[in-house]
Amino acid sequence: MDSLRRSIGRVLALATITMACSAANWLPLESDGVHDPTAPGVKHLQQPAEALKVLPPDTTGNHVRWVEALEKGAINPRDRLFSKAPTQIREDDILLNLNGGMPIVRFPHRAHTLWLDCGNCHDHLFKAKAGANKFSMFAILQGEQCGVCHGAVSFPLTECSRCHSVARSGPSRVPAASPGGGAAPATR
Amino acid sequence: MYSRHRFRGLRRSLAAAIVMLASIAFWLSQPAYAEYGDVVINNYSDAAGMRPVVFPHWFHRMRFRCKVCHADLGFQFKAGGNQINMLKIIDGQFCGACHNGDVAWSVENCNLCHSAKPGTPTQVHESTIQKLAAPTEPARK
Repeated sequence: MDSLRRSIGRVLALATITMACSAANWLPLESDGVHDPTAPGVKHLQQPAEALKVLPPDTTGNHVRWVEALEKGAINPRDRLFSKAPTQIREDDILLNLNGGMPIVRFPHRAHTLWLDCGNCHDHLFKAKAGANKFSMFAILQGEQCGVCHGAVSFPLTECSRCHSVARSGPSRVPAASPGGGAAPATR
Repeated sequence: MYSRHRFRGLRRSLAAAIVMLASIAFWLSQPAYAEYGDVVINNYSDAAGMRPVVFPHWFHRMRFRCKVCHADLGFQFKAGGNQINMLKIIDGQFCGACHNGDVAWSVENCNLCHSAKPGTPTQVHESTIQKLAAPTEPARK
């Protein structure tokens, strides 16, 4: 009796651990709430679990650390369709929110220019000069400024400390930043 | 003495059951997340009797950097903000830059893109603003 109970307990514990560890619970497309399960094309589409389970895991958004996936070569997305399109990577960090109450925001140009073109943000979203932009979490939460991507596609706005990441006692400027956080030439 | 042992065993299996149930509940309550960032485009679809389009950002960003579509192809950063229609796509604009049978499947595969639940409004699905400001999505079954 006791041994039976013990073995049942073991099975349950194993099931619990397996369940807790199985990060790959991306829902199949048919039940993700967006796709129509009766749509004839759905069964031909790639399932997210198949594609995403091999990428560095995250705890939010798509549950993929996309920048890490790119940096480590887990994915190698094309950076152009047309050979004439220029690509530029900018390596410096910009510190923002220098006088606020939250920790200082460290904006890494590299992580952003790996994916984006300079012209995606400059100058219609942000002036290409450190300190020249007035940021507001209200606007960001409305889907403006950083919120154009963060909260929609890039990691969501519930991850405060990923941007507000530099303690107040830390440096106020990153040495790599050129004077005034100068602009790389806009390409379009 | 025996009964106490038995009681302890019972208590242990009860605890195991509670832990298991709690973890199942936790597991079930985890939101689905592949579709974070999926864009539903329903500018014209419903009116044309087609299912709205699901654009899966996760699928495309594994293969193309943001700039390919948002800089080179001119997609605005706004769900439904591009006034895409099939004429433009067949003409090689927007989706049609790749979905031409060369880089990706071509336009005769209507149902591969037009696959959202009918009546779904244009949106960035699961976006923070959608979750914080308008939590109107019915619970999943």
